[in-house]
Amino acid sequence: MELDRGPAPAASTEPVLEVVDLVTEIRSVRGPIRPVNRVSLRVGRGQAVGLVGESGSGKSMTAFSIMRLFPTPAARVVEGRVLLQGRDLTELPESELRRVRGNHVGMVFQDPSAYLNPVITVGAQIAEQLLAHNWPGDVEQRIAELLTQVGLRPEVAKRYPHELSGGMRQRVSIASAIACDPPLVLADEPTTALDVTVQAQILELLAQLQRKQGMGLLLITHDFGIVAELCDYVYIMYAGEVIEEGPVDDVFEQPRHPYTQGLLQGVLSVTRRDRVRVTVPGSVPDLANPPSGCRFHPRCPRAMPQCRTAPPPRVTAGNGRTACWLYESDQGIGQQRPGGSHDRTNDGSAAS
Amino acid sequence: MARQSLAARAAQSHPHLLQVFWYRYRRNRLGVFGLAIVVLLLLMGVLAPWLAPHDPYATSRDRFLPPLSPGHLLGTDHLGRDVLSGIIWGSRVSLLVGFLAAATAMVIGIAVGAISGYYGGAVDAVLMRITELFQVIPRFVLALLVVAFFGSGLGKLILVIGVLSWPQIARLVRGQYLSHKALPYVDGARVLGMGSGRIMFSEILPNVTAPIIVTASLDIAQAILLEASLGFFGLGDPNVPSWGGMLNNAQDYLRLAWWMSVFPGAAIALAVLGFNLVGDAVNEATNPRLREG
Amino acid sequence: MTGQTMDQRLADANKRGSTPAVPGSEPPLIAAENVRKYYPWGRTFFGAQGQVRAVDGVSLELWPGETYALVGESGCGKSTTGRMILGLEAPTAGTIRYRGTPLSELRGDAWTTFRRRVQVVFQDSYASLNPRKTIGQSLINALVFSRAVTDRKQARERAGELLADVGLTPPEAFLDRYPHELSGGQRQRIGIARALATNPELIVADEPVSALDISVRAQILELLQRLQEERRVTYLFISHDLAVVRAISHRIGVMYLGRLVEAGPAEQVFENPSHPYTEALIRATPVPNPREARRRERTILEGDVPSPVNPPSGCPFHPRCPMAEPRCQSTAPPWIPVGDRHYAACHLVADRNAGPGVGPNPGHAKPAR
Repeated sequence: MELDRGPAPAASTEPVLEVVDLVTEIRSVRGPIRPVNRVSLRVGRGQAVGLVGESGSGKSMTAFSIMRLFPTPAARVVEGRVLLQGRDLTELPESELRRVRGNHVGMVFQDPSAYLNPVITVGAQIAEQLLAHNWPGDVEQRIAELLTQVGLRPEVAKRYPHELSGGMRQRVSIASAIACDPPLVLADEPTTALDVTVQAQILELLAQLQRKQGMGLLLITHDFGIVAELCDYVYIMYAGEVIEEGPVDDVFEQPRHPYTQGLLQGVLSVTRRDRVRVTVPGSVPDLANPPSGCRFHPRCPRAMPQCRTAPPPRVTAGNGRTACWLYESDQGIGQQRPGGSHDRTNDGSAAS
Repeated sequence: MARQSLAARAAQSHPHLLQVFWYRYRRNRLGVFGLAIVVLLLLMGVLAPWLAPHDPYATSRDRFLPPLSPGHLLGTDHLGRDVLSGIIWGSRVSLLVGFLAAATAMVIGIAVGAISGYYGGAVDAVLMRITELFQVIPRFVLALLVVAFFGSGLGKLILVIGVLSWPQIARLVRGQYLSHKALPYVDGARVLGMGSGRIMFSEILPNVTAPIIVTASLDIAQAILLEASLGFFGLGDPNVPSWGGMLNNAQDYLRLAWWMSVFPGAAIALAVLGFNLVGDAVNEATNPRLREG
Repeated sequence: MTGQTMDQRLADANKRGSTPAVPGSEPPLIAAENVRKYYPWGRTFFGAQGQVRAVDGVSLELWPGETYALVGESGCGKSTTGRMILGLEAPTAGTIRYRGTPLSELRGDAWTTFRRRVQVVFQDSYASLNPRKTIGQSLINALVFSRAVTDRKQARERAGELLADVGLTPPEAFLDRYPHELSGGQRQRIGIARALATNPELIVADEPVSALDISVRAQILELLQRLQEERRVTYLFISHDLAVVRAISHRIGVMYLGRLVEAGPAEQVFENPSHPYTEALIRATPVPNPREARRRERTILEGDVPSPVNPPSGCPFHPRCPMAEPRCQSTAPPWIPVGDRHYAACHLVADRNAGPGVGPNPGHAKPAR
């Protein structure tokens, strides 16, 4: 499989989605928790962007925050902007946002059966999506077209979700996500519940759709393998913050942040016999009571005194950026990214 | 470093399960109200000799005194007995029958349900048919028959009500065991070589107490009601004052002395309500779907 | 066979260090022979309508000190095979022997010994610990019930040692905690400590790291490996994650629809997968290296795993096999040696290896019909 990857994609294309300093807060018994803390990211047109992290890193909460689809009413966006094709979603009332979901942003989740109505046929569910967003053309024809696009026979429209296998259900939910030709698709762990051979099918399908239709894809996953296979650009989250970002090749070959370095050193590959190595000790911190300074410092092998006290600056490193004290002195030495998201480059230390 | 954070994490104070339960229970106002009723009833029963202004059996010439008469807050009955004292002493019978009958039902119900759910298969099929058999018997009619034939001692009453109330608990417990026996911790216990009895009652049972307590408190309410109904038909234990018995006496004087029926009736209603509210509140406080984080 | 001789044998084995036994050099710990497990399906008043063939003729042997990985997709029967080896379920047909004695014939002390010596670690670390018992209570129970320790005071001390063994220090910080108060990684360590309580020779680990984050996953895998080196414990490692399997196992068996389709030394199977399904599984696993991922040849299998209620005729893989031929539909392929103790069940392999079988294989897996 050969994926088309443009050079330095984040910089070269106009953004479909731009998230700026997003903060989400959840009120809890133990005080407010910030599962998303000043997260900035962008997805260009036709770009596949990965958002990776361990559980509790805030990657899924970031996706929920973008769409304001929170799993708990105690959560809300308290700061920052979410620009979808230039329009700030954080300022939209719920009624307008509902029109944006599905119409401008398609969504694919881990467990498709939780999002498909079990008593409605597959065709009717996709039709609902189309009608809700005033699809101008022939709905029947569009459904058949969509099902074919995701590799299903058009007859599947008459089936009920429980008659389909997990892989087919995920195809249906992808068909429904792309029904209105959205410029952006959010996929939250879309293959985690699937078997590996079926996962390969779905990843291939996502890659194809994204390439053919030029839509932006924000893929949320914990699996570096999936990022390597599918994405052009990657953001790595830890404890609610983006700690590193960059073009996939660069990040995998030359990770800057000690956390990324640790994860990638420890990652196991099926193509060679790796030794199991503990490269990141400890476990993720409790977000109700996050460590001071750099949130990674208690687990960091290269922690310095200032890591304990002050949040790290976000510095440009190569074609990407990282939030780490190690590179503070390198500022400016790292290759600057031409144009694009340049404006956000060195603002981290000052703002936090 | 890892060690430090592990220790730090473990050292974080975590509230005990009971504390969590009480935190959730407390937020349910109706539940707190129900609990207050139940606690007051219990106090009333225990402290009856000291609380009751009169001997509940003592007849006097002051018959049919209306409520708020001097010395008789709730009036007197057709034999001049103090109604308030009757209600206070009657709570003992109601609570005794309620708790002991529910306990009898629980012992049978838990045993049958646990065995049925844990073993499954033919054992389950047979036990469940027996359970269904007990469920289709009209409880009140059978209770009437038993008391009519064998007389109405308090012990017999408890036994009859208990024996007729277990199927509900058995079905509930069976369902819980069916789902719990599929969980890895039960497999883990089996792999360690624990016997079935030990697994059923020492491993699984503590995990299914919450729904059992819910059903038990509803059962107590039902038992109180059943005992009162039997008493109303004159089939209660004639040797002890009971709310049902008081209602039975009141039948003939409904127009003449409304207080003879209204106050015992209200006591029954309040007791049943109290136990029901407690059951609901326990259910809500322990229901995993309503739990946060 | 009594517990004592068993202990002695294990002590002898421990002296030899951590390398797994060479098959044939000592008796296998577990030998499963053509084991099947069928469940009735669609049960009605008049009996079952059919059978789910969860495991359909699996033969395998586990050698002291090795890690044998059983891999495959959901529903392939790998977990059911593990449960049968644990004695949690009785096979519908076939025998499982523990040190030569069929499990169904183990009685009294022999059964107790088997119980102690064969333990389990589950994927769901939360559900595998009794939520109403403290960590200490769970461990002490395990120690007392397996008769590893007789008095409870001593048991508490031993429980503390177990916690230290699995890297949870100081033990006092954990003994009186409840499972819900710990993180997933810590709970999985407790799950391992509980399995270790009885000093087992075999641990059946059913997806033990699948629910864990990658950084924690490495910690648990390292712990498992360290324990193997220290105690020469054998693992039956059940997993769907081939990257993890490659890193830790000595031998692997690949299952599809209740049958083994390929088995052999791990490196041989990964370097030279002989069954088309094994090859597809390896190729479908994403590689965490973008350049390599782009270069990599990918065959993407079509369709889903068929239902084990009505498994396909002949080779169970033929409906999805990119190389299927007419005979694959009609006849089940035999179990063919493709390398040193490396076997595959595929007609095409039979053609490729038309020559004589490779080396003698005393007591190794017989054809899975």
